[in-house]
Amino acid sequence: MTVLLKILDYLLSAVPLGMTFLYGSVGEILIEKVGHLNLGIPGVMCVGAASGCAALQAMYESGIPSALIVIFSILAAFAGAAMMGAVYSLLTVTLKANQNVTGLAMTTFGVGMMKFVMSKLTNIRYLYALKLFRFPFAESDNSLKYCGVMVFLAVIIAVVASFILNRTRTGLYIKAIGENPATADAVGINVNGYKYAVTCIGCGISGLGGLFYIMDYAGSQEAYLSIEGLGWLSIALVIFALWKPIVSIFGSALFGALYVAGSYIPGIRELKVSMAATPLLKMLPYVVTIIVLIIISARNKKENQPPQSLGMTYFREER
Amino acid sequence: MAEKAVELVNITKKFGSIIANNNVSLEVMKGEILAVLGENGCGKTTLMNMIAGIYFPDSGRIFVDGKEVVIRSPKDAFKYKIGMIHQHFKLVDVFTAGENIVLGVNDGTKYNMKNINSRIMQIASRYGFNIDPQKKIHEMSVSEKQTVEIIKVLYRGADILILDEPTAVLTPQETQKLFEILRRMRDDGKSIIIITHKLHEVLSISDRVAVLRKGEHIATVRTSETNEAELTEMMVGKKVDLNIKRSEPKDPKLRLHISNLNSTNDEGILVLKNVSFDAYSGEILGIAGIAGSGQRELLEAIAGLEHLDSGEITYHDPKTDKDVNLRDKTPLQIRDLGVRLSFVPEDRLGMGLVGNMNITDNMMLRSYRRGKSAFLDRKKPKELAEKIIKDLEVVTPGTATPVRRLSGGNVQKVLVGREIAAAPSVLMAAYPVRGLDINSSYMIYNLLTKQKEAGVAVIFVGEDLDVLIELCDRILVINGGKVTGIVDGRTAKKEEIGLLMTKTDKIENEEATDDAE
Repeated sequence: MTVLLKILDYLLSAVPLGMTFLYGSVGEILIEKVGHLNLGIPGVMCVGAASGCAALQAMYESGIPSALIVIFSILAAFAGAAMMGAVYSLLTVTLKANQNVTGLAMTTFGVGMMKFVMSKLTNIRYLYALKLFRFPFAESDNSLKYCGVMVFLAVIIAVVASFILNRTRTGLYIKAIGENPATADAVGINVNGYKYAVTCIGCGISGLGGLFYIMDYAGSQEAYLSIEGLGWLSIALVIFALWKPIVSIFGSALFGALYVAGSYIPGIRELKVSMAATPLLKMLPYVVTIIVLIIISARNKKENQPPQSLGMTYFREER
Repeated sequence: MAEKAVELVNITKKFGSIIANNNVSLEVMKGEILAVLGENGCGKTTLMNMIAGIYFPDSGRIFVDGKEVVIRSPKDAFKYKIGMIHQHFKLVDVFTAGENIVLGVNDGTKYNMKNINSRIMQIASRYGFNIDPQKKIHEMSVSEKQTVEIIKVLYRGADILILDEPTAVLTPQETQKLFEILRRMRDDGKSIIIITHKLHEVLSISDRVAVLRKGEHIATVRTSETNEAELTEMMVGKKVDLNIKRSEPKDPKLRLHISNLNSTNDEGILVLKNVSFDAYSGEILGIAGIAGSGQRELLEAIAGLEHLDSGEITYHDPKTDKDVNLRDKTPLQIRDLGVRLSFVPEDRLGMGLVGNMNITDNMMLRSYRRGKSAFLDRKKPKELAEKIIKDLEVVTPGTATPVRRLSGGNVQKVLVGREIAAAPSVLMAAYPVRGLDINSSYMIYNLLTKQKEAGVAVIFVGEDLDVLIELCDRILVINGGKVTGIVDGRTAKKEEIGLLMTKTDKIENEEATDDAE
């Protein structure tokens, strides 16, 4: 019985954590679908966390109903992260800067910015905030009490993203731009407009991941220190999910399980895992990603490849 | 007289300091096929791109149906019922034909692939296309992709179709079929502009011809009132001798014996299937086939760049009179064996030359192992570079210019010049005239002929069947990695080669049904 409980406990810690990856990866999938490799996702998630937390601090003693506080915090996180997307688009779409360099700079910027903002936010009562985010279930007695609204929001966003990509004209256009922008341009699709819009929305979605991790999952001040690492894993998850948001839902749960394995397995006394092995266990998600990468490149199926012009800047008049 | 569908008045377009089009005026009537003829780089595609909304003219006016219009984007072009089929297909590989066709069309109807596909089939049956809307582009042949491109513009209701070099990648049979469809569209009242540099196609399909030279409009003439020689003169600006002097092979000796080559590519597809042939000194062996039928793999296998599953490549050394096995040897090992093999690859700036290096340094890529000192000796390569520039009339500011800044034709001359300077005994050239103007092309043909007369075994992969028939002594036809025939260049007919180029499909189908039984 204790074993079962332990497994349940493990899953309840793993799956919600995975939603951090889900936000990050669905955002990045959308951005990569329009042909932009955004290595700024960790920074974007940090900025999302910072702006969400800042909004929370500004609001929660002002007497606004708690549901609205949650919604406004989420919107603030989205808006802050989308601003990062706008900056990224300005640099890479309009000014044609190198995407990798721009992305890495965004990460550096975002992480620093968050550390600054978080150090100024001293009035947040994290445990109270955690309750706010888990308001529909916090009082209930079953295991759902570990899940906040943002867990469900993540899955909904992933499903909607998948629907848009596969079942609508807009999705067809987005995919066409990432595969072959010249083709999309030649049929009259506003390539740069889509790139801006999708990058901003994608960054906004990723940014929610940061807020989710601090406020809905961890509920502590120090949590912000791990966001950058989670952001990198989100980018890895994009490859693992073969650029499909639906696959990403399952992938994120798996990544969550692998990620917490590092802290769970040493806790199982029967296994006698030495503390030195913990960092090795933390490698698991990365190892799995590498293995998946090898498998998909060996299978070489055209549909499972990254968008063809991923990472390439599009110049219309280039010949 | 029919009405004007599109009229261009005094169009000028510059790219930096280069004038692509200078004061060009021309018109297309409703229900006619206009050929725009000109050499590579004369600005015909640029001109058409301005009608299609890809480029915007610096000055000049465009009229559609007698009204002045401003076309700023492809979307605007579709609004005026203008559609362009680009030479390099603009299709998304992982999409189906139907998805590609509907891309960018928002007619307010619900996005439903079933309805879209049935509309595609309606258009297809009206003009006689064969198409499967649910097939993915990356599984299609070149001619199927072209069909998708044409239907794509028809689906948007285009009345004015611009086709950029539509036959460059087609077999003679496919070309005939395309021309029939184009005639049917013309009779349906559509205006068709076909960009080409192939004279015999102009004569067979068009009603009128507009000739461009170096960005200028030279003349527009009725096709029925002109001939090949006159058109060439307008195109090039001077009389050109369009005959290739083909001499009889002198004292042919076996130089290269290829037997039963099999090779698999990275994706696990068999790209060479039991390829066997002999190449003799003093002759040009042509290789004909649809692009991507295994020509590149075959040449790369001989050059030591492609791994073989089985088969033998034997080189007969004229000096020592001995046979040398070349299979599974690296290019360096082949050279160390004393085999003088020259290879002009298809991908000039990818495999042949280094774009960012200058002409002298590119010469050294072939002789880098000669020097003994730790420091470079640029003297001899520089002399060679200067000699090539002079002999082959390469247009360049000097030997210090990075190769990538030269035009396609000049890059090709540098590459061919370097390979010939190595005094090869086997010279392999893949599409050496691709993108070259007529003069440069004939210069290359004559260089190859000279090499042949000097006793070199020349292997020439070409795409223009007329040239292959005029230039080569024997023509090997390859299809889907299989040799489907070796014909005599002096007696072969184009149609015969065309049939061989597409033949194996049937055999394979039969094999497939045999297996099923």
